[in-house]
Order: sequence, then structure tokens, then C-alpha cells
Amino acid sequence: MTATRPDAKQQETPRGGLVVEDLGVMLTGRPVDVVDDIDLVLHPGEVVGLVGESGSGKTTVGTSLLGYARAGALISAGKVLLEGRDVLKMPWKEVRQIRGEEIAYVPQDPASALNPSIRIGKQLVELQELRGVGTAESRLQAAREGLAEVGLPNDDEFLRRYAHQLSGGQVQRVALAMAFLPKPKVLVLDEPTTGLDVTTQKMVLDTMAALCRSHGVSALYVTHDLAVVANIADRVAVMYAGQVVELGPKDTIFANPSHPYTRALLDSIPHLSHARALRGIPGRTPAPGARPEGCRFNDRCAYAQDKCRQQVPPLLTVAPDHEVRCVRVDEIGAWDINLGTVPDADPDKARDVILSVEGLDVFYGRKHIVHDVTFDVAKGEVVALVGESGSGKTTISRSVGGLHKEWTGTIAFEGRSLATSARKRSAEDRRRVQYIFQNPYLSLNPRLTIEQIIKRPMELFGLAKGKDATDRVVELMEQVALGSGMLHYQASRLSGGERQRVAIARALAAEPDVMICDEITSALDVSVQGSIVSLLEGLRQQRGISMLFVTHNLALVRSIAARVQILQAGRVVESGSVVEVMDDPREEYTRKLLSNSPRID
Amino acid sequence: MWLLRRLGLAVLTLWLVSVLVFLATAALGDPVRAILGRDYDTNVGRREQLEAQLGVGDSIVTRYFDWLGGLLTGDLGTSLANQQPVWGQISDTVVNTLVLVLLAALVMIPLAFGIAMISAHFRRRRPDTVIQTILLALAGVPEFVTGILLVALFSTSVFNIFPAVTLVSPGTRPWDSPEGMVLPVATLVVAVTPYVSRIVRATLLEVLDSDYVELARLKGIPEPVVMRKHALLNAIVPGIQVVALQLAWLAGGVVLVETLFSYPGVGRQLVDSVRNHDVPMVQALSMIIAGVYIVVNLVADVLSILLTPRARTAISS
Repeated sequence: MTATRPDAKQQETPRGGLVVEDLGVMLTGRPVDVVDDIDLVLHPGEVVGLVGESGSGKTTVGTSLLGYARAGALISAGKVLLEGRDVLKMPWKEVRQIRGEEIAYVPQDPASALNPSIRIGKQLVELQELRGVGTAESRLQAAREGLAEVGLPNDDEFLRRYAHQLSGGQVQRVALAMAFLPKPKVLVLDEPTTGLDVTTQKMVLDTMAALCRSHGVSALYVTHDLAVVANIADRVAVMYAGQVVELGPKDTIFANPSHPYTRALLDSIPHLSHARALRGIPGRTPAPGARPEGCRFNDRCAYAQDKCRQQVPPLLTVAPDHEVRCVRVDEIGAWDINLGTVPDADPDKARDVILSVEGLDVFYGRKHIVHDVTFDVAKGEVVALVGESGSGKTTISRSVGGLHKEWTGTIAFEGRSLATSARKRSAEDRRRVQYIFQNPYLSLNPRLTIEQIIKRPMELFGLAKGKDATDRVVELMEQVALGSGMLHYQASRLSGGERQRVAIARALAAEPDVMICDEITSALDVSVQGSIVSLLEGLRQQRGISMLFVTHNLALVRSIAARVQILQAGRVVESGSVVEVMDDPREEYTRKLLSNSPRID
Repeated sequence: MWLLRRLGLAVLTLWLVSVLVFLATAALGDPVRAILGRDYDTNVGRREQLEAQLGVGDSIVTRYFDWLGGLLTGDLGTSLANQQPVWGQISDTVVNTLVLVLLAALVMIPLAFGIAMISAHFRRRRPDTVIQTILLALAGVPEFVTGILLVALFSTSVFNIFPAVTLVSPGTRPWDSPEGMVLPVATLVVAVTPYVSRIVRATLLEVLDSDYVELARLKGIPEPVVMRKHALLNAIVPGIQVVALQLAWLAGGVVLVETLFSYPGVGRQLVDSVRNHDVPMVQALSMIIAGVYIVVNLVADVLSILLTPRARTAISS
């Protein structure tokens, strides 16, 4: 598979940039590959997107470029050539010298990546100070210019702040400024916009792209979000289970994805322009050591044949610069982006209102968070609450669910007003309105088994017990596509997607009429999000369950919801049917949200 | 504002302690009978004198407020054993103990943090395992055993470098002969260091796994600087809390060590006073120990706040 590689390398190396050859990372304890056979070239000034789900090894590849492996892993093979010098062969001191100065890293979680007890200004210049670059004044001056470049204030007051005194977007831009300050040649960005809302994300991405272009920096952008990659990358490498499965120019990857995995990923992404029937990828990403023989995707692939199970397929060049690791690449036909497009929810459909919210004002202590919000949800309908962080969308859903009680106004269920807190509501009301939380890692008791978790609501509301209840649990687990083999697993053994399915099954166990879904897919991979959304859509159609769907992802709204409320600073700025609001937004704010949303269509 | 509230709480705690101390020492049983024992019935003169001194005839509340008023005005009362003012007798021993504890702290803090840093640096590798095993063993040995071992090692059986007891001739201070201080201080250090070190190591390990330490490494910061500036700074707060707890424990818990080395400190005096039923002495010493406890913890809390920017800004806003 390296047949095309040597010439590529000879062309690129003299021009700068970075060349990765045959990189491999192993676990320290066991002879198990985390990633292997990674070949990548970063041209100067080029942004390469490295895309993969959790467990694909994309972050491992990212930090390997700096000669760094996290505890428990070690770089076992390959070369990382920076202008012809192999970073992996250098002595420790030189590697340290190269880090920051020539290859810089922008971390994933903005909130935890800056040291909480060192002031921003000091952290920015720390490296230069240690290396003795320039004088104190020139370093400070450079830090101020760097902050200005990323669009942040650069006065003394700002430099004296600590990380916790900045917003998420500001912290991430400080991290970006810090990475650019030593004027590196290569930048590794590890999901730097995860957890930021679309407006901030757009700002950070634009800043990054502008800096890369103006400074001629090559960047490796590690992410699970294909939509983000579509907006910023020049080339895209798709990773699965520790290997690159497809590599090519961005336009080629999105117009003509040739690996079944790339196609499956694209199929699971919602579009802004149309509703889609989202599909997940069956199964889960295999962990290192548990990966199948042959093509690693064969057990989840719709096109797999016997030959796929025999040996690891090589990366084949199917077009100039376009390489695919699939032996059936010529046999699986063309791909169409519009596959899976379905008609939008009909805006004129007759509505039978089951839940209505009128004049809702919510307070936290003396703070007035939500102002005069009115909307309703009909039977078998999904209503989306959309807004940036701090817009009050979760606060509203918590008030509706009775989890937050400092509110005034009316929340009526089937025409009857509900009490402020869930405690004061009747058991019947509590049963019929169920809440699913954002983070499935925190919402399930790790000491209980799946059976106990799902059974609990049935016992609580007296719906079933004993053997009956167990049968119902198995039935529910099938409905949410979990095998009954997991019945006695503890929640801690499950992946994020599986946990969220358990959370959904738990809500379903109460046989609710309304489910409140609070950002339930934002902690999950896109393919898992796809399967969760298709699961919810099935439930809505079969059982006629209504949903209040809280999210910041407008594309997702298009595929799942019939109506949408756009929130800004605790007020509804625009509402209506999804088709009308998204195709013909009246408010400036809605237009801004739409234009800031990353899209692939 | 926050500081005022915290100070108020400290005063409240101190007051509660005074109530407890008073109840425990003065109100339980008849102190005069306890002091005089068999002489209670025979030695009527002594009995009446004691009863007058302790105010036995008054109600508990009156006696408590008399005593509290004395405390607040610096009058700690008169010793029952030798009819001398309490303060004159304990001022020297209090200072002696404070010096002992302070010296132990000065040695213990850098030592404990240093060991923790070395241990965390070699996490779960041989040096770390060895250090942790030794620390755990030391933590498990009672301090008088450590003391006896140290005496055997350095002053009697093996070497003969330091004196086994602290001999203080009247009018001099223990530190006038520094070699006599070495073993008591060493015993205290060995008794306390393991706890502090283990807590600091655990916090350091957590901090070393954090994203910002990873970023510092990926930024090209040398490992010693990562450890000192990025990791230690964030691990120091739990460290301060343990140090405070240990120091406070030392202030009251040095009894065994002081007895072992015949060190003229508070602990020994307390034991003697309890044995003599010298109620005013016991009360005064208890209050001083409680005061040290509260002050040390107050200082630790203030330091913790000052070293945690998030908490600092939360308070100032």
C-alpha cells in the first residue's frame, strides 16, 4: 500500500510541512496495537481533517506527531518527519524543544486545558520565558498581539484573569493564541470546538483557518464531526479502529466517499436543508485488542464478503490523491448525498395539543432566566427548543419536567395545570412525563444492573413486577436495540450510546406520553446520534409519544422535529414549523444561527 | 466580609469548646472530693479553702461565667496543686511545645512535599512502590515506638550522638542545648510526614492526569517545571489542609513524645495536672490546645482560599 508513498514523500519533504510514515502506537502492557500503519502528509498551509469516532485512535495519532503518547501507550513504529528530521528518533531534549516551537497542540476541552491557578498572561508567555526568547516586554507585546489576532481583549485586566473568569469560547481562543505564539510550523488541534455552541465554534474555526493561512502553518484537525471538517479542511483522512480507511481531498471525500464506513458516517449526519431518515452504524467501534481479522469494519459493514474477513486490505489509490482501504471499492457503486432524504414534517397537519406552556418565567434565586415563554406540544409531535448555551433551553425543559420549581406561568398537561415541582405532582402525571438527561455517564447509577435500572419505574408506578417486569425489560431492551445479554450488566460496562439507550428504555418503561430529551445526543458520536434519532423517530410513529427535544444542533432539528422554538437569552425569538423557520427565517438571530451551523449539504 | 464570617465562626467554635471543657472538668462530680480523696472528711480547713477557690457553692452558670470572664481578661486562675497563678506555670511550657511543633513543621513540610513529588514522578514504578511501602509502615507505627527506636539508634545502642532525654536546668530553655531537640523533633516528623506525603502524592497524581498538565507537556515545558509550577500549585491546597490537621494534632498529641524524652512541654504538664486533679490548670491547657487547633485551621482555610483563584474571585465578588 505504500507504492504511491515514496514519491509523495520526496516531493513534500523539502517544502516543509510534516510527513507521517507507517506510524504505530501500542499498549504498554500487552502487544496490542492502538493505531497502526498510519501514513499522512501535511503540506504547508494545509488543514487536514482527521475524522473518526471515539475509540478510532485519532487523538493518539494527533499527540504522536509531538512524540507524545498518553500513559499506558507507547509509540512503537514509524517516523514523524519534520523537514526531514524524525521527531520520534530525537533525544528527549530536542523533542521538548520542538514541541510548542515547531509543532504546537491545541487541546480538546477548553475548560480544563488551561491551568486554573496561573493567570492567562503568564500562561501565554510561559514557554518563551522558559526558553529565554526576547525580553519581558517583547514577550508581553507578542502575547497582546496574539490575543488581538484571535479577537480577544488584550488589556492588562484581561491578561490578569484566570481561566475560570473566561467563557468557553474565550478559553479556547486563548489556547489557540498560545499555540500560535511561538510561530509553529505545524499545529495539531484535538477537537477544539467540542462543547462550544455554533456561533463560538464558527468564530474559533474562522480564526484558526485565517491564522493557518496567514502564517503558512499546516494543521491536523482531529474531530468526530464531519460537518466541521467539511467547512475547514483541505484534505480529509477518515480513521476507523486504528487505521486510516479513506484519505483524499475534501471535495472528493464528500462528493464521492468510497469506503463503506465513510458512507455510513455521512448517512448518519443530519442536513440543514432537508429532513433525513438518519441511520446509525450497527454495533460498536471495537476496542484495541478486540478488532476483527481482515478489514476491521467487516463486522459492521453492509457490503462485507468472505474476502473482507481474510486479510487487512491495503490502501488503494482510486483516483489521484484519493486512497481507500476497501477491497470492494469498485463493486459497491456510487453514493448519493440525498439518500435518506425524507419529506419534512407537514406544517399543516392537524394538531391535538397534549402539553402547553404559557407565559413561563423561570428564576434562579433573584435571577430572572426565562421570560414569558409560550409554546405547546401536540400528540405524536416533536418540538425542538434551540439556542446557544445560556439561552435557557435546559432551564425550560427542567421546569416542564418539574425538576426546577422556581417558575411562574402555566404548564398544562391535557388541559390540567401541573404543579411546579415533580414532588407535588400526582404519580400519574409523573409517570406520563419522563425526562432523559444529557450525559448518560452521569444519569445511570453505575452500581445497578441494566435490569434493575429499567425495572425501577415499573415498580415505582405499579405497572408490573417480578417475572412480568423482567419480560417487559427484555422487550424494551429489544426496542432500543440492546441485546438481552446485557440484562445483568452494570451500567459502567456500557458505551455512551448504549447507556443512552438504557436511559431511553428507562423512560419508556413508565409508558409516558411525553418525553423531555435534554441534549441527549450531544455527548455521543454522530453515528450513535443517528441510531438514537432513528430509534426516537420509530417510537414516535409507533407509540405516538410526544417529545420536547432540547438541542443546539439545528441540522438535527430539521430531521427530528416538526416545530421549533428558537431561544435567545431566555426569550423565544422565533417559533413555528421547522420547514418555515429554517427555510424562511424571519429573525436576524435565526439567520445567524443557520449561517454559523457547519453543514455538508 | 468572608474573613469576618470565618473569624466569627472560629470564635463561636472556641466558645463551644470552652463550654465543653468547663462542663467536663468542673461540673462532673465534686472536684473538691476528687482532689482531697480520703482527706475530704478529716481536713476541713483545706476543704473549705478549696471550696471557696472553686466557688462550689455558686451555680454552674455563675461559675462558668466567672471562669470565662477570667479567661477573657487573661486571668487563668490559680493552680490547686501549688497555689501559684496558672499562667506563670504554663507560659514556659506552652512556648516550649510551640517551638517543638514549629521545628517539626519546618522540617516536615518540605520533606513531605519533596517525597510526594518524587513518588508521583515515579508513579507505580519501583521507587514509588518502595517509598509508599515505607511511608505506610511508618504511618502504622505508634510514635512512641518510633521514638524508642530512634533513641536506641542514635543515643544508646548503636550510635551515641544525641542525648536520649531533654535535660533542662532551671532558667534555661530546651533550645539552649540544640542536640537535645533533635530526637523529639525527628520523632514528630517521622510520625506526621507519612500522612501528609501520601495525601499530597494522591492529589499530585490526579493533577498530573489533568488536561492542563498534558497541555503543558505538549507545549514543550520541561518536566521539572511541569511538576513544580503546573502540578504542585494545584495539589498544594489539599496538602495545606492535611498539614493543618497534623499540626493541630501535634499541638495536643505530643504527650507521648514529650513524656518519652522528658521534654518540658504542654503535654507532660497536662498529664501531671490531670493526675493532680488540678482543675484550673487542665482547663487552661485544654483551652490553649483548642485555641491552637482553631487558629491553625483558620490559617489553613485562609491560605487555601488565597491559593485557589476560583475561590478567591468568588469571595471578592
